[in-house]
Amino acid sequence: MITLPAEVEAANAGLIEAIDDLVAEYGDDRSALIPILQALRQQRRQISDVAMQVVADRLGIPPVDVQGVVTFYHFLDTTPTGTHVIHLCRTISCAMAGMGAIAARLEHELGISFGETTPDGLFTLSWANCIGMCDAPPALLLNRQALARVTPDQVSELVLGLRAEVSGMIGA
Amino acid sequence: MTLATIEAEQGLRAALALDPAGVVATIRESGMKGRGGAGFPTGLKWQLAAEAVAPDGVRYVVCNADEGEPGTFKDRVLLAELPDLVFEGMTIGGYAIGSHEGICYLRGEYVYLLADLEACLERRRAAGLLGPDVAGSGFAFDITIHLGSGAYVCGEETALIESLEGRRGEPRNRPPFPVVSGFRGAPTVVNNVETFAWAAAILARGADWFAHIGTDRSTGPKLLSVSGDVQRPGVYEFPLGVSIAEVIEAAGGHDAKAAIVGGAAGTCVPARDFGRAISYEDVSTGGAVIVVGPWRDLLEVAENLQWFFANESCGQCTPCRVGNVKLLEGIRALRRGELTVQQLEDMVSLGQTMRIASKCGLGQAAPNVLLSIIENYRSEVLGHIPVGAR
Amino acid sequence: MTTTLRLGTPGMPGGPAVTSTSVTVTVDGHEVEVPVGSTILEAAEKAGRRIPTLCHHPDLPDVGVCRICVVEVTGQRALQASCAYPITTPIEIQTYSRRVRQARQTIVDLMLAEHCGSCQTCGRNGNCELQDLAAEYGSDHFRFGQRTEPTRLFDTFGPSIRRDMNKCVHCLRCIRTCAELQGVGALGVIGRGDSTTMSPYLTLPISDVVCINCGQCINRCPTGALQEVDNTDDVWRAIEDPTKHVVIQTAPAPRAAMGEEFGLPPGTPVTWQLNSALRELGFDKVFDTNFSADLTIIEEGTELLVRLYENLVLGDHGRPVPQFTSCSPGWIKYLEHKYPEFAPNLSSCKSPQQMFGALIKTWYAQKNGLDPADVVSVSLMPCTAKKFEAHRPEMTDSGFPDVDVSLTTRELGRMIRELGIRLPDLPESDFDDPFGTASGSGVIFGATGGVMEAALRTVVELVTGGKVEDLFDHADITPVRGFEETRYAEITLPDTLGPVPPLLAHLVPDWDWLRGVTLKLAVVHGTANAQKVMEDIKAGGRFSECHFIEFMACPGGCLGGGGQPIPTSKEIRSARAKAIYGEDARYGETGRVRKSHENPAVLRVYEEFLTDGPCGHTSHHLLHTTYTPRGAFIATPSMTVPATTNATTNAPTNGGAR
Repeated sequence: MITLPAEVEAANAGLIEAIDDLVAEYGDDRSALIPILQALRQQRRQISDVAMQVVADRLGIPPVDVQGVVTFYHFLDTTPTGTHVIHLCRTISCAMAGMGAIAARLEHELGISFGETTPDGLFTLSWANCIGMCDAPPALLLNRQALARVTPDQVSELVLGLRAEVSGMIGA
Repeated sequence: MTLATIEAEQGLRAALALDPAGVVATIRESGMKGRGGAGFPTGLKWQLAAEAVAPDGVRYVVCNADEGEPGTFKDRVLLAELPDLVFEGMTIGGYAIGSHEGICYLRGEYVYLLADLEACLERRRAAGLLGPDVAGSGFAFDITIHLGSGAYVCGEETALIESLEGRRGEPRNRPPFPVVSGFRGAPTVVNNVETFAWAAAILARGADWFAHIGTDRSTGPKLLSVSGDVQRPGVYEFPLGVSIAEVIEAAGGHDAKAAIVGGAAGTCVPARDFGRAISYEDVSTGGAVIVVGPWRDLLEVAENLQWFFANESCGQCTPCRVGNVKLLEGIRALRRGELTVQQLEDMVSLGQTMRIASKCGLGQAAPNVLLSIIENYRSEVLGHIPVGAR
Repeated sequence: MTTTLRLGTPGMPGGPAVTSTSVTVTVDGHEVEVPVGSTILEAAEKAGRRIPTLCHHPDLPDVGVCRICVVEVTGQRALQASCAYPITTPIEIQTYSRRVRQARQTIVDLMLAEHCGSCQTCGRNGNCELQDLAAEYGSDHFRFGQRTEPTRLFDTFGPSIRRDMNKCVHCLRCIRTCAELQGVGALGVIGRGDSTTMSPYLTLPISDVVCINCGQCINRCPTGALQEVDNTDDVWRAIEDPTKHVVIQTAPAPRAAMGEEFGLPPGTPVTWQLNSALRELGFDKVFDTNFSADLTIIEEGTELLVRLYENLVLGDHGRPVPQFTSCSPGWIKYLEHKYPEFAPNLSSCKSPQQMFGALIKTWYAQKNGLDPADVVSVSLMPCTAKKFEAHRPEMTDSGFPDVDVSLTTRELGRMIRELGIRLPDLPESDFDDPFGTASGSGVIFGATGGVMEAALRTVVELVTGGKVEDLFDHADITPVRGFEETRYAEITLPDTLGPVPPLLAHLVPDWDWLRGVTLKLAVVHGTANAQKVMEDIKAGGRFSECHFIEFMACPGGCLGGGGQPIPTSKEIRSARAKAIYGEDARYGETGRVRKSHENPAVLRVYEEFLTDGPCGHTSHHLLHTTYTPRGAFIATPSMTVPATTNATTNAPTNGGAR
């Protein structure tokens, strides 16, 4: 088992425990790698350097192989994401149906470009390639939900609503 | 939709009443070819997997629910509306090839279907339709769902298998084919969602019923995803052999300039060819028909799709990794009026090489739409080239 | 012999079993018979057709990604990669149809569009597979453009390997070498599509990850993307500095391969011409590393006997058995990273390079009235890891670095070419004294199994008091020779053993405990094989019962080292091995010494300098070392972690003080 420097281990105790739990659940075969990474991404909004090294160690593969997998798939990433991740479909049927206006409104409302996360950590804005909602374009994924036939004004309402939800929670 | 009218578990009961070879024979007799687009005869695929030598007797049935082809959404609708029929088809496939383990590879973008699909599997287990004794037949089969993580190339069956094994979704060399050596080296049948649904229907209604629909070489009905510049985008069922015009008509497309049949990996069919048939012997498709209205700039469409391929290429092989970027740069230069005729010819030559020399179907199909646009709309394309550069 | 094969790929589960051994392939109209499972590439070669390749390498599993080797297979719409297509049924192929030629030209043009770097300024100019392909298949201009600005990482941070990813053409040979041939996994594929790169973890410098510096990736890189860190200028500067006394030691493996740098067929030794060339270059003295190889054998053989005595007789389990050899710096770093808990099994002996360096800065300097500060110690090694070894902080026991500059075969080849002389045409000349004499045992250090054979020649004679020739004809201990991945051998000692020789009398009282004992030995080369053996040892398998195991990081041992001429293959390594064993045999035929403990120059060192004998105080101080358990954790810039420096001492205790 990999020996981490004491301060690294102390700073990541929760993460390491989470990984060991996931390994117990999914097994230590290489086939378990992607489910483990998906769960880490879901739980912790990031697949960190320490996470990749510990997962690599538990599955008996080099850390660069873990990074290779993380950087291959759109929905795995080493950078932390915001609380809400918006994936706007940019592929043909959506592009033909006004995706550009949705993109512009999202960037305007959130004050960030695609590939970025708002400074308050609330939103991450990303592109998606065809999300299979071509019959109801333009479409986007908000976290794990698909939203279809989105209009620019709905985007504004959506962002406003999610922001209010959080400030409401803080207010309460 | 025919599939919605198939009586629940009728196909499974019919299959279990036959021996596995009988099930394979039924599928062969139906003449069904894979509904994902490649068009390999499903019965033959099952037969090869059944006959392949399996170490420890392990074989796998994999449902390819990584529906990533732009313009395709019929599998999403099937999984949402008729998941039982899909899982029933997988169970029949398992029985036919001697597999006890099915895996449904669900694309990450469809994560919102996951809970319902898991619930469906749970219901089927509770009803004895999955588990150690399927429908009291003594046949053991169960299905797990593996969620993808966002990679179009994983729709390619060997890339899908690599992904299942915890690796980058990089397609393998074939041979060996998955029916011989697939997931974990075991014989593996990978079929499209729709293929499994029709397999259940064929067992329920008989091979003859299916074989008498469609054309001689393209039997059966097919689900088509129609989108783009039409009034009523959606999933439509037609017998194979239907003309493109009929499909566009049904969805309410008027004065269409072109139809991209087969999605990003398909081909751009000009209006004058709308009489052509959607079938394996004519215009083949996994189900996408993207209708392009008369006001569209086809090069804008081509640029969008080429960007898609450049972004989704796994990066393994030279023609696809570099070729897609070069085609994209070329389209952009063409749209800016900065391309010469010689450079356009080089792009065509590059596209032709990608078609035959790329390692997998993604790279081989990536130049299709562009090449068909250059071929079918030559004067429109040449119009983007400055007179001095012609 | 008839084997049962299955449809599909050999070794893979397949369709209905068929019994057949060969299959007919029609290559451009010519029929050839090949074994079932052969690739199209192999079939074409048999038919006398050369198909161009790039990602294919004979040492590596094929991936079929560069696509330059595509051919037509009749009946198939797409072209097929000939390197990765196993033939199981009769097929017809065309290797140069119009479609094939157009595809190859396009692919080469795409590679040229991706590759950034000019041939004129590249260390692989004239020995580059991309250049060759462009000459044969490319068009007359950059059809798809040319990158002129480097945008990718150029890693020059480490002591051994430099990586210029601007020149990379994504053949994956380095990745497969590192992961599969060597089992290290320092390099992987990161990103996807056009942004895919071959990279260490987190795009760190390769010197900051779990890399063993073996340089096998360099040997298999088709372009100049991977090269050794070039230290030739350091040597030129030293030679040009009149205040410096510059000496060089040359190891046997580069001497067996240097001829390849000058167009000679592999396996043509140029040892004696090289001596003349080095003098022409301006080295003050030219020494033979074989001398310190002999010294290593005395020290390591003594350590082995003492270790066995302490472990087996005295029950001191702090001196664990088996003892592992320590000459290969790639293997050392591999163990430090992957099996740090086994550091106590490593022989504490420095490698011959470092032993030689330590003596140059001490005994040699004293004898010749030189200030060690003015002595520049250069080595010619087949190895990139030797550069790292020379930089290790442990390697300065005399107060000076043992070795100042370690050159690879390729670097010295470049220096000689700069000199404008043709090496093969030079007259032969001998090595310089006082290190001029070497034994044949020193020579065979260059091949896998050589250290084991050399050690056995000495250990057997020290223990039996007789001649090793009584046990093995011509003292050729053939059971430990060869290229098998791992070799296991047993040698049973006679019931009658000799007295303990005076040289060792202070360490062991008698040999009674070795009477009739069967020594269990193993030889391992390539770290992927080392991993198998180490896992076997951890699991208590048969290798855990060995007394002594030779480990070499590189396939074939030093002759297949990462600093050797490019290309490399099994055939080339075999040819170099023949040169090495041939040189050893000539020692016997010409009546020269073939056993380390008979080397008079080595014995003189013990008389004059290392007067308290093998594994004594002086040798312990200068010729032995310690190791650093590194583990697999990679400290990255995002974590502010102090470097771990808990070196453990693993030097032998002085038996005389016991």
